[in-house]
Amino acid sequence: MTSVIERPSAPQSPHTPSLVNRLKPNLETLPTLAAIVIFVGMIIYGEIAYGRILQFSTLSNLFINNAYLIILAVGLTFVILTGGVDLSVGAIIAISSLVGVMLANAGWNPFVVIVLMILIGSVFGAASGILIQYFNVQPFIATLAMMFLARGLASMLSTTPERLADESPIRALSTEIKVIDGPKINDLVTTPNVVIAAVVVIVAFYVLHKTRFGRTVYAIGGSEQSATLMGLPVVRTKLAIYIISGTLAGLAAVVYTSKLGIAQNITGVGWELDAIAAVIIGGTLLTGGAGFVLGSVIGALVLGLMNVLITRDGSIPPEATTIITGAILLVFVLLQRLVVSRKRKT
Amino acid sequence: MGSRVGESTRLKDEAGRRQNEQADMAATEPIVEMTDISIEFPGVKALQNVQLRLYPGEVHTLMGENGAGKSTLIKALTGVYKIDSGSILVSGGPRQFSGTADAQSAGISTVYQEVNLCDNLTVGENVMLGNEIRGAFGINWKKTHQAAHEALVGLGLGDLDPHQPLSSISLALQQLVAISRAMVAKSKVLILDEPTSSLDANEVEGLFTVMRRLRDQGVAILFVSHFLDQVYAISDRLTVLRNGEFVGEHLTRDLGRSQLISLMIGKDFETLASLGSNRRRDARESGEQPFYSATDLGRKGSIEPVDIAVYPGEVVGLAGLLGSGRTELGRLMYGADRPDSGEVTIGGKNTEVHSPVAGLATKIAFSTENRRDEGIVGDLTVRENLILAVQARRGWARPLSKREQKELCDKYLVELNVRPSDPERPIRNLSGGNQQKVLLGRWLATKPQLLILDEPTRGIDIGAKAEIQEAIATLAEEGMSVVFISSELEEVVRLSERIVVLKDHRKIGEIINGPDITADTIVDLIASDGAETQGVDAFEPEPAALATEGSTN
Repeated sequence: MTSVIERPSAPQSPHTPSLVNRLKPNLETLPTLAAIVIFVGMIIYGEIAYGRILQFSTLSNLFINNAYLIILAVGLTFVILTGGVDLSVGAIIAISSLVGVMLANAGWNPFVVIVLMILIGSVFGAASGILIQYFNVQPFIATLAMMFLARGLASMLSTTPERLADESPIRALSTEIKVIDGPKINDLVTTPNVVIAAVVVIVAFYVLHKTRFGRTVYAIGGSEQSATLMGLPVVRTKLAIYIISGTLAGLAAVVYTSKLGIAQNITGVGWELDAIAAVIIGGTLLTGGAGFVLGSVIGALVLGLMNVLITRDGSIPPEATTIITGAILLVFVLLQRLVVSRKRKT
Repeated sequence: MGSRVGESTRLKDEAGRRQNEQADMAATEPIVEMTDISIEFPGVKALQNVQLRLYPGEVHTLMGENGAGKSTLIKALTGVYKIDSGSILVSGGPRQFSGTADAQSAGISTVYQEVNLCDNLTVGENVMLGNEIRGAFGINWKKTHQAAHEALVGLGLGDLDPHQPLSSISLALQQLVAISRAMVAKSKVLILDEPTSSLDANEVEGLFTVMRRLRDQGVAILFVSHFLDQVYAISDRLTVLRNGEFVGEHLTRDLGRSQLISLMIGKDFETLASLGSNRRRDARESGEQPFYSATDLGRKGSIEPVDIAVYPGEVVGLAGLLGSGRTELGRLMYGADRPDSGEVTIGGKNTEVHSPVAGLATKIAFSTENRRDEGIVGDLTVRENLILAVQARRGWARPLSKREQKELCDKYLVELNVRPSDPERPIRNLSGGNQQKVLLGRWLATKPQLLILDEPTRGIDIGAKAEIQEAIATLAEEGMSVVFISSELEEVVRLSERIVVLKDHRKIGEIINGPDITADTIVDLIASDGAETQGVDAFEPEPAALATEGSTN
């Protein structure tokens, strides 16, 4: 310990910062950059082909109409980053919004109702997390079970559309606020819902990149076994991730209900898949470990913008929307395969 | 081998001085003291009254065959397994950890053989994971990377850029990154579980430099390795286990090699030494046709065209550094990768081997170096693993009968001395050496005429190693052609009749084995090839040389 014997010191090699490495195009950001390029390309194409795309009102509506999808996609980003999946979010929206509307119409305090709607999501998320973590159930199966449970409970509550009273304070969340008063109806408008979505995105970005919790999420996606052996709180983190996903699904239910004013047991069928598509298009690897929450936002906007363009075009049958979504998704997954195989070679 | 031999004698002197010094400090309290540790798994006594003492500023080697209980003892210390009886004292106080994280927070870090880092993150992120430096607004990345850089400098890795993706550096460097992680966590005890099994000589030297540095800083290092040279080069003290029992604790300088080996296996050393001494015959002199011959066999990006021939009853060694193309050549011969140039003649007939099925059909078998991922099917039983290749040859429409399966198992489990010889046990539960024997049996069951073995003895204990070498010698005696790939040059020289030397993805020479051929002959051949470029650099024990090896694993 208190050695005075001379030891061979490690050979000193000249310190050469590997500039080359830093300048190399970052393969991890490539899919996300591609998503941004496609989004911008779609806007330009739409503007040239149909007009009235690159203007305040259209872009405002894009955010207003897709706020719920952005929130769902953020939740799923956490889950997919760890290499998991959450199929229950669409069904959570159904049960949460149905319960919310029915309680609000029964005269409950709107704040209590909103908190309850969000908590319903948390409970389903926690149930998924516990099944996955403590009963060793595959995420796919555990969240599939929660999906059936939530959908079934929603159907037991009601099978007809439940309308939220127009004067309900919950609807205030979708009040349009003019930010910039443009000519005619071309205004930049926003709603509290959009603000909620923006806050969710910012907080998620902060959590993923600036907290140890976020780093653990990425580490689990890289290798869960390594993360455990490195002494990271894997169990706690994975549990928290499904709770986050569920909670955000509950929040998305609030946002969606306030906008539409109607809740039904079949609300949100397939939305989990839309959200997964948004996350993948945004550049998050389905196997986990790489991706950005901002990419998922772009992914959600790409899907939203695609619907707008198809509506504008008019000649494309709306039924073809899913085919186009599928095609875009395929292109992105192929792009990811390319990235992964190139990474293996280096 | 070459510079390594000189290096290791120098180190031994140094280790000797070190131990004198240690003896003077006999008053030092051990930082970890495990006494009378016993652990019992259902039906197995994994550890019986084992003890272990770790002193600060000392490298302590844990020796023993596979299955001797080394890993179990480490897991007992770090709290992965609960001990049934005995006591663990850390810094004088009794402790029982609840798991890796708990042990780590008490200053006991473990670096495993399969590097457990996240290759989707950067070097710096891996070093600091869980210990990121936080400011008022969350993680301060600038300071975090700075701290990572300092930790790397502390291990003499200052020229490693913390912003680099982990996947871009070699396995050896990743191992060092894992160690710097432990240092960031301010570990006082560092457990290195077989860190050298997939490193080549220079990389091992780099690791040892780091270990010495840490030892001098007062870290207690527990080192697990199968390589005797390395044990003698680096360790001050060693504890020997056998069959879950404590055999003894010795100062390394007081214990001769043969003594150590007989302590480990409880057998005489002579039986091992006599192995393969008669394998010095050149099969080509008999005027036979080669069983396998290829001209210009190559594949873009993996190996440049080579000529290679294997005669019946001959062992051909493929020697070269990690990443020299030895595995790639083996895979091409078997058809695991499709060659894009070359003519292959098998048994006198012009043949194309472009898939494993074609390889098997032409009586070629290939045993992978990646035992865990490409070799065994962990959840299946020993029997199911053993019959896998035979069954694949027959096709799934004609399953082997229970009787045939039993015959195969009885034959090979006994012949290869697989322990435990229970065919219905999941192969996952066998030690590495015994898994390798089952794999060997799997390919032998297909009755191949050419057997390609890629690193069949890597990471397995000396007893099993000797048994596998013996089996290979016997097979060749019986007329089988064998291609033997290993990073241990001594082993290649001992077993092979001819040695094909590879470097940088091409064949640089072929040596006909004889009494005057040693591992140094091969080292010299590799070193002298293209000496004016970078061939010589590769043998300097510099971290920079580690980096140039690249990550081929």
